Amino acid sequence: MLLQNTERGLFCSAGDFYIDPWKPVDFAVVTHAHSDHARWGSKHYLVSKIGEEIFRARLGPQANLQTLSFSESIARNGVKLSLHPAGHILGSAQIRVEFQGEVWVVSGDYKIESDNTCDAFEPIRCHTFVTESTFGLPIYKWSPQKEIFAEINEWWRDNQQKERTSVLFGYSLGKTQRLLAGLEGDIGPIFLHGAVANFIPAYQRAGVRFPAISVTKPENVRATRGKAMVIAPPSADNTPWLRKFGECSTAFASGWMQVRGTRRRRALDRGFALSDHVDWPGLMDTIKATGAEKIWATHGYTAPVVRWLRENGWDADAIKTEYEGESETEGEDLPETTEQNRED
Amino acid sequence: MQRFTKLFCELDQTTRTNEKVAVLENYFREAPPADAAWALAFLSGRTPPRVISTRNLWDWASVETGFPAWLMEECYESVGDLAEMLALLFQDSGGGTLLTLSQIVSERLLPIRELADISKRQLLVQTWRELNRPERLVWNKLITGEFRIGVSKTLVVRALANVAKVEPAIMAHRVLGKWQPTAEDFKQLLKPEGQSDFTARPYPFFLASPIEIKLKSGESIADEFGDVNDWQAEWKWDGIRAQLIHRAGETSIWSRGEEMVTDSFPELVNAGKFLSEGTVLDGEILAWRGDRPLIFGELQRRLGRKKVSDRTQRDFPIAFLAYDLLEKDGSDIRAESLEIRRTLLENVLEESAHRFASETPSEQTITQQSLALFTDETTESSNAFCLRLSPVLSVASWEELESIRSRARDEGVEGIMLKRRASSYGVGRPRGDWWKWKINPHVIDAVLIYAQRGHGRRANLYTDYTFGVWDKGELVPVAKAYSGLTDEEIRKVDHFVRKNSLEKHGPVRIVKPELVFELAFEAVLESTRHKSGIAVRFPRMNRWRHDKTPAEADTIENLRALTSSRPGLSIHELTHDT
Repeated sequence: MLLQNTERGLFCSAGDFYIDPWKPVDFAVVTHAHSDHARWGSKHYLVSKIGEEIFRARLGPQANLQTLSFSESIARNGVKLSLHPAGHILGSAQIRVEFQGEVWVVSGDYKIESDNTCDAFEPIRCHTFVTESTFGLPIYKWSPQKEIFAEINEWWRDNQQKERTSVLFGYSLGKTQRLLAGLEGDIGPIFLHGAVANFIPAYQRAGVRFPAISVTKPENVRATRGKAMVIAPPSADNTPWLRKFGECSTAFASGWMQVRGTRRRRALDRGFALSDHVDWPGLMDTIKATGAEKIWATHGYTAPVVRWLRENGWDADAIKTEYEGESETEGEDLPETTEQNRED
Repeated sequence: MQRFTKLFCELDQTTRTNEKVAVLENYFREAPPADAAWALAFLSGRTPPRVISTRNLWDWASVETGFPAWLMEECYESVGDLAEMLALLFQDSGGGTLLTLSQIVSERLLPIRELADISKRQLLVQTWRELNRPERLVWNKLITGEFRIGVSKTLVVRALANVAKVEPAIMAHRVLGKWQPTAEDFKQLLKPEGQSDFTARPYPFFLASPIEIKLKSGESIADEFGDVNDWQAEWKWDGIRAQLIHRAGETSIWSRGEEMVTDSFPELVNAGKFLSEGTVLDGEILAWRGDRPLIFGELQRRLGRKKVSDRTQRDFPIAFLAYDLLEKDGSDIRAESLEIRRTLLENVLEESAHRFASETPSEQTITQQSLALFTDETTESSNAFCLRLSPVLSVASWEELESIRSRARDEGVEGIMLKRRASSYGVGRPRGDWWKWKINPHVIDAVLIYAQRGHGRRANLYTDYTFGVWDKGELVPVAKAYSGLTDEEIRKVDHFVRKNSLEKHGPVRIVKPELVFELAFEAVLESTRHKSGIAVRFPRMNRWRHDKTPAEADTIENLRALTSSRPGLSIHELTHDT
């Protein structure tokens, strides 16, 4: 087999490299900069060109980064390697691996619907497709983001009428930028929590345009109570930092908000099912579009996805990895050194 | 249906009480009365029972969506709510319905029950296709008979009271009473206050607030409650809170769930005959033998019977322990002080007991003879007057009260009630005048051994836990608990469960025995149904013992040692239960 699942991650023995390894290796090809995929300590990294700055921020200034533009390819021991947009966050890539006529594609995390903050996903023809399945149940079917953003902006306006600050929780890398790009900046001032502000300049330098962002100086904040939109990481809920914005209405933007229970459990006012992951119909469409006969499902609802695929004629297997997908605690800084970070 | 769905979504989208009331008010003002009547019925818990069997619902949804049953079950496990799972599973086809709520009810919901399976399925599928996603959720909730949303009946009543401009108590009264979900009855519910408000309806119950103070050093109950003489202390019974109403020659019994339970207790109906016209008692229905209560389980066994025969009455004797008088000679006396109500209550019960004694001597003898085969206790209780006065505990000091409370468990009660002597009988649970002070629970340290996903707001999260204690070097399951942890702790335990599952058995995960929790519970009972030989009552998690290792958890012997102090030793259990 071209790729094998090992205790360090997916390994290509012909090319002598790992994809998204969770333990240090000599040569790591990394799909995207979320901490469960891009981990410290490897000697050499191959990442997408456009994501370079973000990878650098995640992997540290000392990391030895080699970059590759989308669709460009390199050869390693006769194995052809290329990166293709995954539509998940800025710089997220699918990894295409070709050796002696056999093609494998590793999706990393991906999303089908294109948005303004990263290159749009494109399905790649392959023999074996290694796919995420974070939302691999048919109850997860996203509404078009246009509708969701219309709801978010309407919620913001409605809060202004009730003189409440709108507080929108989202993960720091990817979700925050996507939210920001979807807000109508003329509704009111927008503030960012420090933890979600980090990656904004990198996105801007990559050419992504955002509405104006206000700085959270005390005098600004007081003047805009009841009018502003605040984007913050989920961990900022119930913290003193939020109190300075006065009376708030809270919301969370995540695919998990598709289910009312997850929102009610967090005692939030609103939940917006805006996800950077593929939904069930998207997953099935993509699998068909790749033309792959063999499917490996890595993280999320792997068991139902595999069973469904097998019942419908595919050769499918669940692969145990240490990726977390859009776990409910994602972005709340998962420990870097978990022994067994599995979600089966 | 559009308007009602909007109401549903708006209620679902806020956690603020005042906003919920405002949204409800708005709806009740603007909706046509015929729709509002049904909305009120659903919001106050009068959903028609399930109109389609679960089996059919799953089968038909499976065919309609093209997803096999096993995949729907996976989805259900993640959503934790059948109606919502089905609403999410469908492809969004329908643009929404133009039918009003009352039309949906009268043309779809009510007829569907009577239809043969083929037509039933047709109508169901047709409706699913017509509705948009939020409407489908509401519809599914209606057909599964599980219409519950995050709004209490109290809030609904408050909104209606605001619309009708009457006191919430009056509205609570009206909503409890007999009305049909029709435009006419809905208008009647909203009419201004009038005489007819009080015929055969219970009063809203006055509820006690828990005293949760764990008295720290230097703090005393006296600091909180002042002079002990201002308070009346009673036992806190472990039964069913109920009102016994005797008006217009008829006796009815309402439980606190605002349910008529008259038919379950014929002996109370009989006893009601000896009360004078226009009497309402507040008290507790208990399983009772001789002069003491039996465990709650005995009452449950009685409630499990559909038909209450003479035999049932003998085998599962009950009593009504009256502790308040709300109406005397047809007048509402709730505004009187507890002190006055108590005196009147004592008179009322004494009179009725006299009447009972003087009017039933012959009957009693016959009963006694026919019951010769049964034990003395049985005979004794079946001919006793089953309306009893809940005694006042006479205490001269808080210290004395605390010492009485400490032996509550031996008396077969849950703790103590404290009621301010000068207080009137309130509505709902306003803090200050009525308090319940439960016995300190038993506590043990146990190890988390199995976990299962929760439902509703806890779906998709491992929140239902089974705990074990040591028995000869093995952890045996002794309790299941769901409550007591913070959301943050639940998330951490969930994370642990996902990473430390040893085996999966259907929805149950066997986890690495590593986490130790302090469990609190009310009593330990012997049980033949449980592997461990014991069962605990009301277990909940007190705290996470991060400081303890599994090896330091309790043993089954520690738990067994607590069985001696079980509440209300049940004679019945010893003689009849095998």
